[in-house]
Amino acid sequence: MSSVRVLVGTRKGAFILTSDGARKEWDVSGPHFPGHEIWHVNGSPVNPDRLYASQHTEWFGQQVQRSDDGGQTWEAVSNEFEYASELGEHYWFDGTKRPWAFKRIWHVEPSLTQPETVYAGAEDAAIFRSDDGGKSWSELVGLRTHRSADEWAPGAAGMGVHTIIEDQANPGRMFAAISAAGVFRTDDAGESWEIKSKNLTSNFLPDPTAEVGHCIHKLAIHPEKPDVVYMQKHWDVMRSDDAGESWDKISGDLPTDFGMPIAVHSHEPETVYVVPLKSDSEHFPLDGKLIVYRSKVGGNEWEPMTAGLPQEDCYVNILRDAMAVDSLDECGVYFGTTGGQVYASADSGDNWEPIVRDLPAVMSVEVQTL
Amino acid sequence: MSDEAEKMIRVKLPLHLRRLAGDEDASGYSGEVTVSVRGPVTQRSVVDALESRFPSLTGAVRDRGDGRRRSLVRFYACGEDLSNDDPDDPLPGSVASGEDPFMIVGAIAGG
Repeated sequence: MSSVRVLVGTRKGAFILTSDGARKEWDVSGPHFPGHEIWHVNGSPVNPDRLYASQHTEWFGQQVQRSDDGGQTWEAVSNEFEYASELGEHYWFDGTKRPWAFKRIWHVEPSLTQPETVYAGAEDAAIFRSDDGGKSWSELVGLRTHRSADEWAPGAAGMGVHTIIEDQANPGRMFAAISAAGVFRTDDAGESWEIKSKNLTSNFLPDPTAEVGHCIHKLAIHPEKPDVVYMQKHWDVMRSDDAGESWDKISGDLPTDFGMPIAVHSHEPETVYVVPLKSDSEHFPLDGKLIVYRSKVGGNEWEPMTAGLPQEDCYVNILRDAMAVDSLDECGVYFGTTGGQVYASADSGDNWEPIVRDLPAVMSVEVQTL
Repeated sequence: MSDEAEKMIRVKLPLHLRRLAGDEDASGYSGEVTVSVRGPVTQRSVVDALESRFPSLTGAVRDRGDGRRRSLVRFYACGEDLSNDDPDDPLPGSVASGEDPFMIVGAIAGG
């Protein structure tokens, strides 16, 4: 029988939640790296026992931890993230310019095909690649030196690369998203990038349809339909049917379209999940009701999933990297909250149960189907 | 003792750095590590030796980019805060002789 391993990064350590395919009984391992912010934990699709964790504190900086036994033991690998060319400048919150400075790794994305290759999304915005399992890193410099880079500015959490998606059907194609610069695509394995902003509108910008400055919160694709890209923007849920060349708003009948994560069903490319929040000023569920919205038709028509989720007095946040799906026959959907709950649905979102209720604030959730 | 003689320097690490170092001998709350320094005993030479013995601490005490002490890390010895001394100033003689530890301290801050 297949099993699942849920990789959870929290403000105070990492946790690994495992279950058999029934997803009813869970074993909880952790905290790993207790006391440290674990921005992201992710596993290699090629070698599922190979995990990476981005560990950070303001005190002791950035570490990258690697496991080769599914998270039982870990070793620190290289934390040398050196920008590969002259540092440009980007806008700071106060409108002045500041030079790029490495702060932390937001997201680690192991290659879909190469067991020793992994990408790391950094703040200040850049993507680093390792081909030796994290022992050394080199920058995909074409992103940070994009012609628009001197107009980039941080979102409230900083200016980091939070989304790196490989398109397995089109080798060399990757999507990346930066808060709050925009969404970018490469077709040459990261040598060069194009910004993909057509039809994006953000009313907080002086020019709402500007090419640069849209606060992309998360992207998701389905591997069998990779030209369809779903986006949770600051406000607006969006969809592209042409690999980012243009975007259409699919918020439809959502009660609010502000949110952080977005995920696609593992077997149904037109089934998509979001967790709307009240607003950009109030990052918690509307009316204290935690609701996952599911569209089975690729957007616009959304159904509220409430069974097993708190429907009163719930004021948690669900961060951008804190939602994932497994690939068992009946798709499992998972998300974590800043209140320390990790919720799981073993039936595509119809019913939910908390796996754990009292972890530190959850920063990221990934799922491995074993 | 000549400058070139090998000197064993006691270094006291905060819990998180002891764990990151992965040094079993230093896993307790009172644990220290010992590093070998040849030449002048300074902040720089001691932290260089620490990073050489425990490569996983590279970047955790001093910033990877500019080599400066991380802002929430402080250096103490003999009851004195040496954090803002020149990194190439000699450390107290009792640190160089192994009588007192060089203390790397994480700031009390955060939630």
